[in-house]
Amino acid sequence: MKPSLIKQGIAAIAVAAFAVGAATSAVAAPKKGGTLSFVVGSKIPSYDGHQETTFGMIHPIRPFYSLLIRVNPSNPSDPTDFQCDICEGAVPAGAKGGTEYTFKIRKDVQFHDGTPLTAHDVKATFDKIIFPPKGVPSSRKAFFMMVDSVKAPDDYTVVFTLKFPSGAFIPSVATPFNFIYSKKDIDTHGYEWHKKNINGSGAFKFVEHISGQHVAGVRHDGYHHAGKPYLDGFKAISAPKMKVRLDAIRGDRASIEFRGFPPKARDDLVNALGDKITVQESDWNCVLMATANTKNKPFDDIRVRQALTLAVDRYEGSKYLSQIAIVKTVGGIVFPNHPLAANAQELEGLIGYSRDIKASRAKARALLKEAGAEGLEFSFNNRGVDQPYKVVGTWLVDQWRKVGFKPKQRVQPSPQFYATLRKKHDFDVSIDFNCQSVINPIADVTKSLCSAGNNYSQCENQELEDLYMQLLKAETAADQRKIMRVYEKKALDYAGSSITLWWYKINPHRSYVKGWSIAPSHYLNQHLDNVWLDQ
Amino acid sequence: MHSYITKRLLMIIPTLIGAAILVFCLLRIIPGDPCEIRLAGTGLYVDEAEIELCREKLGLTKPLLVQFYHFVTGYVTWDLGESMWTGKPVTEEIGLRFQLSLQVAIMATLVAIIIAIPLGAISAIKQDTWIDYAVRTFSIAGIAMPSFWLGILIILGLLIGTQHFFGEPWMPPIYYVSPFEDLGANLAQLIWPAVATGYRYSAVATRMTRSALLEVLREDYIRTARAKGMLEKIIINRHALKNAMLPVLTIIGIEFAFLMGGLVVTEQVFNLNGIGRLFVESVGAQDFNMTQQLVMLVVVIAVMTNFVVDLFYGWLDPRIRYG
Repeated sequence: MKPSLIKQGIAAIAVAAFAVGAATSAVAAPKKGGTLSFVVGSKIPSYDGHQETTFGMIHPIRPFYSLLIRVNPSNPSDPTDFQCDICEGAVPAGAKGGTEYTFKIRKDVQFHDGTPLTAHDVKATFDKIIFPPKGVPSSRKAFFMMVDSVKAPDDYTVVFTLKFPSGAFIPSVATPFNFIYSKKDIDTHGYEWHKKNINGSGAFKFVEHISGQHVAGVRHDGYHHAGKPYLDGFKAISAPKMKVRLDAIRGDRASIEFRGFPPKARDDLVNALGDKITVQESDWNCVLMATANTKNKPFDDIRVRQALTLAVDRYEGSKYLSQIAIVKTVGGIVFPNHPLAANAQELEGLIGYSRDIKASRAKARALLKEAGAEGLEFSFNNRGVDQPYKVVGTWLVDQWRKVGFKPKQRVQPSPQFYATLRKKHDFDVSIDFNCQSVINPIADVTKSLCSAGNNYSQCENQELEDLYMQLLKAETAADQRKIMRVYEKKALDYAGSSITLWWYKINPHRSYVKGWSIAPSHYLNQHLDNVWLDQ
Repeated sequence: MHSYITKRLLMIIPTLIGAAILVFCLLRIIPGDPCEIRLAGTGLYVDEAEIELCREKLGLTKPLLVQFYHFVTGYVTWDLGESMWTGKPVTEEIGLRFQLSLQVAIMATLVAIIIAIPLGAISAIKQDTWIDYAVRTFSIAGIAMPSFWLGILIILGLLIGTQHFFGEPWMPPIYYVSPFEDLGANLAQLIWPAVATGYRYSAVATRMTRSALLEVLREDYIRTARAKGMLEKIIINRHALKNAMLPVLTIIGIEFAFLMGGLVVTEQVFNLNGIGRLFVESVGAQDFNMTQQLVMLVVVIAVMTNFVVDLFYGWLDPRIRYG
């Protein structure tokens, strides 16, 4: 090696070492103390995670509870990285051909009232979620259709027995709504008690909830993750208006908002505060769809539905919409970049995803002509929420007009919008959406099933149902991926619901907030035990 | 006087019944219900049976007449029930917000009175001078400018101004602290909405004070007082202004009642957890019970405020006698 090359090599190593060192020193040791104030844009219907579905409950209440397992707080973007919360060691792999999962429960976990947490509490919790008695609501019962029984053979062991092996099981367990309740509370006070009372084993203890104003929590000194939490407490301040949430961060009345802001809001904050603001961004496990009412003519004709999806230029749309709305990523029915998702090449082979939009639109026009539906006028139901519904809806109207459709957009407030989708069915095409917490593609793609309660296309498609059962029971990742490709193609070809763009999460926050990493869902990573304030 | 008061109080009953029927029917006409919003409002999978179960628990499956009967009897027995959204007692939910709304209403009224009466009086006394023109311009601007918009400007101005002068942006607190707990923090939050709403309120009252005073100043008894050589200050303060206050008082009464439930947008702008915001949230969540009781509360406030204003007329103008 020539001397100059050696010198260059040494210099390169030195620069690299400096960079690593700088990076290491930049990751300062967490500081203890302080109260985190954050703003929440939605309301708390009740404190019962097993029943509720809104982030308005998760953000202020999740810090009071533990889960059996959770997404890795340091690596929440990885959809396959789960960690034990109240269990010991690594997340167990399925035994007996993937039909038995045994969790060893930590012996140092305590509820806030001082009661030790045991396997019986975990069993009581999952019994309530999976096998609720008649009259007890459980919003995630359907996630656990593979579970046969939950047993606690001793105080610190919980065994889940599955009816069949399923890749959807572990992500379902990690769902952030699965708060671990005390068996004693359930037995003593009944199943309704947790709607209005809190006794968890999370990083923070409940202090107060002033309805419509704030929820406050203080550090739980007996928290089972050593040295955590770092904060003395937190205050979750209710602020329904986005402008207020944005101003609150700017005026330092709140340090962070965990749901997400549109790009313009991010830019305004950064322009006003410079490096006092840190921005974290991520793909978001929510997607908007255009759902056709297959009971309404001519949308009972697959050709008309396919024309709807062929007309849409997702790649160009992404480029422009991502500048003004919380959408960005082009993807199929599976969360983009997940191992089960279609790669770029596979995606381009699906209907509506060709890079050649001229050819797609020509095909759409031909299909419409063939179906006798040229210049079709139809009603397009949309939800009266700006981000991203109205933005994406208006874009879709424009896209459909390019192949001769004449949609009439009808924007309705949320109650009326849902009444139209679920009961009245007085729409031809509607905006629809699928928004989940833990990335669990095998569960998330049930939205495409005609039998699913949240599929509003009123369709019938047994082929998809059969394929889904194969997918649910597929044991290996390779098998799951293979079946998923077929399922995805069939679902998109059927075109009951066509995917538009996946949401994109933007979280600008005060730079002194450390330890919190953005997750691909606004429901995830909200336990706050790793958050600290660099002040 | 007693019979007048009794008559007015009895007249409240049919007003309340009318309001109760109206709000009950209107809420049921709107599609959807609180269970749909709560369980199916996020687009996640939901079992229809669970929605039905929720409806049963909230009593929404009972016949409408039975629901109306419960609503009315609950009102009569002061058992207002629970919020269909939070499950907390309606009295508790409203009580929390009432204190804040009442304080904002009182502060805005004070701001309005402090601005309106002196300005209106000066404007009338100095009619057609530059002072009059300036006051009229100021008051017309107040009428033209929605208070929520002024609120947005105030917050923006505070953020930009404080950053410019002190290096760090400042905005008013975004959650309520009782004045008995921390008067400084309480005023730091509420003074701004009081100014934003009080300005618009004062603009109406200023114009009313001016026109009423101009009218009174042309009365014979004012001319007589001047002819007697009475001091102008005494004429204005003791004889003219008091009599000119009747229409102003009416305006103040109407505006006060409006402020107690109608600050819907301004409360959102300043993130005030008041009655107006609760109204919006209850309607959005289709919380029938809460919305019904809020409407009834606002009706009672409006009726009682008008009643009190009517009684004040007698005090201000001895010619008015109730019988």
